[in-house]
Amino acid sequence: MKKIYSVLVENRSGVLCKVAGLFSRRNFNIDSLAVGETDDRSVSRMTIVSSGDSRTIEQVEKQLNKKLDVIKVKTFFEDESICRELLFLKVKYNKTNRRDIMENCEIMGAKIVDMSTNLMLIQMCDTPERIQILLDMFKSVSIVEIARTGCLALQKCTETE
Amino acid sequence: MLGADALVKCLELEGTKYVFGYPGVAICPFYNSILSSDIKTILIRTEQNAAHAASGYARVSDSVGVCAVTSGPGATNVITGIATAFADSIPLVVITGQVSSELLGSDVFQEADITGAVESFVKYSYLVRDVNDIPRIVKEAFHIACTGRKGPVLIDVPIDVQNAELKKFAYPESVKMRTYKPTVKGNMVQIRKVAEKLAKAKRPVICAGGGVILSCAQDSLRKFADKNKIPVVSTMMGIGVMPTKDPMYFGMVGNNGKPYANRAMNEADLIIMVGARVADRAISQPDLIMENTVLIHIDVDPAEIGKNAKPSIPLVGDARHIFDDLISIDINGNYDSWINSLRVYRQSMEPQREPDPSYVDPAGFITLLSEKMKDNAVYVADVGQNQIWSCAYHIVKNGRFLTSGGMGTMGYSIPAAMGAKLAYPKKQVVAVCGDGSFQMSMMELATIRQYDIPVKIIVLKNRYLGMVRQYQHFKYNDNYSVVDLGDLPDLSKMAGAYGIRFMKLSNMKKADSIIDEFLENDESVILECDIDPMDLVH
Repeated sequence: MKKIYSVLVENRSGVLCKVAGLFSRRNFNIDSLAVGETDDRSVSRMTIVSSGDSRTIEQVEKQLNKKLDVIKVKTFFEDESICRELLFLKVKYNKTNRRDIMENCEIMGAKIVDMSTNLMLIQMCDTPERIQILLDMFKSVSIVEIARTGCLALQKCTETE
Repeated sequence: MLGADALVKCLELEGTKYVFGYPGVAICPFYNSILSSDIKTILIRTEQNAAHAASGYARVSDSVGVCAVTSGPGATNVITGIATAFADSIPLVVITGQVSSELLGSDVFQEADITGAVESFVKYSYLVRDVNDIPRIVKEAFHIACTGRKGPVLIDVPIDVQNAELKKFAYPESVKMRTYKPTVKGNMVQIRKVAEKLAKAKRPVICAGGGVILSCAQDSLRKFADKNKIPVVSTMMGIGVMPTKDPMYFGMVGNNGKPYANRAMNEADLIIMVGARVADRAISQPDLIMENTVLIHIDVDPAEIGKNAKPSIPLVGDARHIFDDLISIDINGNYDSWINSLRVYRQSMEPQREPDPSYVDPAGFITLLSEKMKDNAVYVADVGQNQIWSCAYHIVKNGRFLTSGGMGTMGYSIPAAMGAKLAYPKKQVVAVCGDGSFQMSMMELATIRQYDIPVKIIVLKNRYLGMVRQYQHFKYNDNYSVVDLGDLPDLSKMAGAYGIRFMKLSNMKKADSIIDEFLENDESVILECDIDPMDLVH
């Protein structure tokens, strides 16, 4: 079961280490982790995707709440949230596959943001599933480098908020 | 005012009476400032014991224990003491000196990333960057250490910060932390549910852990158990929640506990687990307990509830407040037949020992010793067979039983007993250790003598690391590996070297008079007891 933890933390040095350390020490998985400042500069938001059974998920939340640098923990499942990830993909191209690559990017809504005579840098911002589809499509192409941000997510808009 | 003066001033304002520690260059500004304070300093002989002594002090005085050590090896040496306190939720403030701020991260002499190293053993830690933060940080550190689930807090202070001038010293009156608000009062809806379940139960039992003592809830729990006639068992850390001879108390649970206490847990249809972690030593198979039992788990730390066992009723809050609320509800359960059957178990299931009369029988000796100890005495058990015998045979009257339960740190008893004695000089304090654990802290005999801290020390000498030897006896068919202590050292000479009185007991014949003599005066004595090397704790 995948769960997303949206964690507001004090924006201080060492906090990332404390939170990441908590996961490894307690044998919890981190599928991805993304950190950035919020509108309040003293507060950062960590978006952590983790998997485990319901007992583990409950423990993760409680242990996070126990950390004195953690201000607030929100947890939700993927389908309750809007989830996006940024991908950079650098591939080698040649005359024969250049057209295919461009078409695939167009179909998937990916952009070619930089290129040279033999390399292309592709950018895609989408759900982790669709990013995986794009990567599968490029299996036959020679990939030079990949960078992914990990998932960013916020809960879907509701009337009660 | 310098940063170091501010640190001392903050400790004074927090009511600190003793600082246990070991100086080095990086903490010298602090130790210079403390000279002009009324706070007493104790030069412990190794840093680990500074934390243990502060722990003993904290537990008996119900306040925060303080220690101060230098950077690098001083700081890393204290880690085991911090981890020991963390495992048992003991409130400590540990101040470490650090190399100068501008050198941080350059691996200079005696630099250690101590805040990084202790991250998993502290409730919180600070690295002080700005001298003007010292009053706020110390205020927060004491608050964090002794509220909610108590625990150690570390403050790492670079030497330049200690030497820097403060703009203005103002000690905050209150703590403002948006991330830390521990729950104290229990939820009344949940508390009423507990009462309803109790009214329906036929075989309830309270399992009390160390959290009951940490929240000073012993009286409230006793009153509640007495009013509703509910039997009580305890974990190792919960020993002393009830007097051992209280008719409603049925001993310690767990794989080293009393068989009748475990039977009470297994047959109960409702368990109130309070201030206990449901850890492997106490409850080896939490899943079995949950099957046909209503489990009510009371703890101040929400993360403990549901960690090892899923409760029917989770109840977050301070044990004292919760029992006070529970007392006010009339439950009207009737558990007489359950209590009667537990009494039968207690009579019939007490393990029988057949001690070799040519040695001191630890069971008989500890029973006799604790009968002769003062009512409010403090008994500090070390780790090893001595701990298990102490748990099984020490009779708590109205005093305290201290030990390292969670971490099981050998060498805890002597420094912790020193801290306890300094907290209450009028109380009788007895440390009971084995010859293995004694040697892990024997350098503190110097501290005992130098500062005249009259703790009594009993060494149950069996010439082995008995607990491991016993394990190898059962598990490896008597293939003993690295457990023979070689009948060393000569304790009478050790005692003589430090100018401490020495006594010896070879068998039980003279036990009565020797114990009387051992306990007689308020002076430090080492009593060596010859234990059968092959004796087992079961």
